[in-house]
Amino acid sequence: MTDIVHFHNVSHRYGDSGAASLTDVTFRIERGEMAFITGASGAGKSTLLRLVALLARPARGQVVVNGVNLATVPRRKIPEFRQQIGIIFQNFNLLNDRTVHDNVALPLVIRGFHHDAIGRRVRAALDSVGLLGKERLLPLMLSGGEQQRVGIARAIVTKPTLLIADEPTGNLDPKMAREVMQVFERFNKVGVSVLVATHAIDLIKQMPHRLIHLHGGRIRDDEPMGFTRPGAPAGG
Amino acid sequence: MAKVPEASSERPAWIRRWAQENARVLFATLGRLCREPVSTLLTAAVIGITLALPAALHVLAQNVSAISYSWEGTLQASLFLKDSVSPERGRELVQSLQGRPGIARASYISREQSLVEFRELSGFGEALDLLTDNPLPAVIVVTPQRELAQAQVSRLIDELARLPEVEVAKLDQKWLERLYAILAIIQRAVLIISALLALAVVVTVGNTIRLDIENRRDEIIVMKLIGAPDGFIRRPFMYTGVWYGVFGGLIAWLLVNLALKALAGPARNLAGLYESSFKLSSLSWEAGFIMLGAGVVLGGLGSAWTVGRHLSRYEPG
Repeated sequence: MTDIVHFHNVSHRYGDSGAASLTDVTFRIERGEMAFITGASGAGKSTLLRLVALLARPARGQVVVNGVNLATVPRRKIPEFRQQIGIIFQNFNLLNDRTVHDNVALPLVIRGFHHDAIGRRVRAALDSVGLLGKERLLPLMLSGGEQQRVGIARAIVTKPTLLIADEPTGNLDPKMAREVMQVFERFNKVGVSVLVATHAIDLIKQMPHRLIHLHGGRIRDDEPMGFTRPGAPAGG
Repeated sequence: MAKVPEASSERPAWIRRWAQENARVLFATLGRLCREPVSTLLTAAVIGITLALPAALHVLAQNVSAISYSWEGTLQASLFLKDSVSPERGRELVQSLQGRPGIARASYISREQSLVEFRELSGFGEALDLLTDNPLPAVIVVTPQRELAQAQVSRLIDELARLPEVEVAKLDQKWLERLYAILAIIQRAVLIISALLALAVVVTVGNTIRLDIENRRDEIIVMKLIGAPDGFIRRPFMYTGVWYGVFGGLIAWLLVNLALKALAGPARNLAGLYESSFKLSSLSWEAGFIMLGAGVVLGGLGSAWTVGRHLSRYEPG
C-alpha cells in the first residue's frame, strides 16, 4: 500500500531563528489509514498539519503528500494542491454571511463546477454529515457541532483522498465531539485517509486507530491501529 | 499530486469555467453593492463628481471654442489704399479680389464714404469741417473664407499687403489670438485637472476596495485555506471597482447634463443680448461614453492597484 503522507526527518522552526516546533519527525500514513496526532499544547501537532497543508514549509527534511514532494510545489501551485485535500479547523472557519449551502459549495465554485453538479454534491455532502434540510440556514443559526459538520461537509465535498483536521472537537462538548469523530470514522471506512490532531485523549482512546504522540516537537510514541490502550474497552 | 478524476459533466472546459465564473462574479458583486445602497451611492457619487468636473470643463472649453469660431467668421481685414489709387482702380481691385481663393467677400469704401462714416461714428464732425482736405484713405474691406486656418489668414493678409495699390493691410485679430491663447490654457488646464482627478478616482476606488478587503479579511483567509487561487479571490474586488466606475461614470454623465440644462437658459439670454443664435452644446454621446469608459478603466485600475498590494498580506497559517 502506498503512503498518503510521508514525513522524513522533518524539522520546523517558528520564524527564521525561533524555537524548534518539530525536530527530526519521521512517520508514514498509509492510504486509507486514520491516525490521531496527540500531544500537549505546543507539542507540534498543528505545525505538523500545517506542513501537510502547505501552510508552512519545513526548515529541514522532506514532506511527501500523495506522492508529491511538497518542496517542489511552487507558490502559485499551492491553491491547486490544497484543493486536493480536505482541511477542517477547530474554529470551523465558516463564512457567517453565507448559507450552509454556499459554505459547502465554495470549494466546488472555486473549481468551476456546473451549477447542477454543485447542488448534487452539496446535498450529498450535507446528507453524509446529517445536515440535509439545513442548507438555507446561516452558520450562526447552528450549534457548534453542526457548524463543525458543515466544515466537514465543505472538506469532503470535493471527494478528497486525504482529510486533515486540527483540533476539530476543541470547541465542542463531549457528545458533539464524539459525533464529529464518528463522522471522520465513516469517511475513513469508505477509503478516505484521515489525519486528526487532537489533545482529547479521553475521546480517542476508545477508538481503534493509530495514535502518534508528540512531545516537544518529537515523536514520543507511535501506537499502531488495534493497540489496546489503558482505559479502552476490551477488544476496542 | 494525483488528482481525483471528475466527470466532465460536473466540470466544464476551462474557457467555459472562466466565462461562467466571470459572469457569476460580475452579477454577484452587483448584487452585493445593491444590498448596500447608501455606501455604494456615496462612493459612486464621489467618483461621479470627480469625473464630472473635468467633463464639465471640457464641455465649457468646447462651447467657448464654438463661440470664438463663430466670431472668427466675422473677421475682416482692411486694405488701406494709396492716395494715388483712383476709385475706378479700387473697384477693379475689389472685382479681382472677389475671385481670389481664400476670400469670401470684398467691398470698396471710397474716401468720401469713409469720411461720412467717420463723421457719424467719431463725433468729431465739427473738427473735420476745419480740415481743407479729406485725410482718410479709400479702404477695401476683405472677409477671409471661414475655412481658413489662422495661419492661412495671416498669410493671405501678408500677400494682400504686398499689392502695389495697398498702403497698409490690417487684420484686427489680436483679441482673437488672445482668446485662443486663453483657450489653449483652459484646454491644457482641463488635461491637467483631468489627470489629477483621474488619480483621485483611482485613490478613491483603491481606498474603498482596501476597506472592503480589510472587512473581508477572514473570508480571504478561509478562501486561501480551501484552495482558492489568487485570481478567484481578486476577481470580486476587481469587479467591485469596475462597478463603482460604471456608477460614477453614469452619475457624472447625469450631473454634466443637468448642469448644462441649468445653464442653457441663461446662455441663450446672453447670446440674445449679443444678437447671436449661440446655443450651449450638450455632452455628446461619444463624450458620455468616453466618460463612462474612463470610469470603468479608473475603477478597474484603482481596485487592481489596491488588490495587488493588500491581498498578499492575508495569508493563512
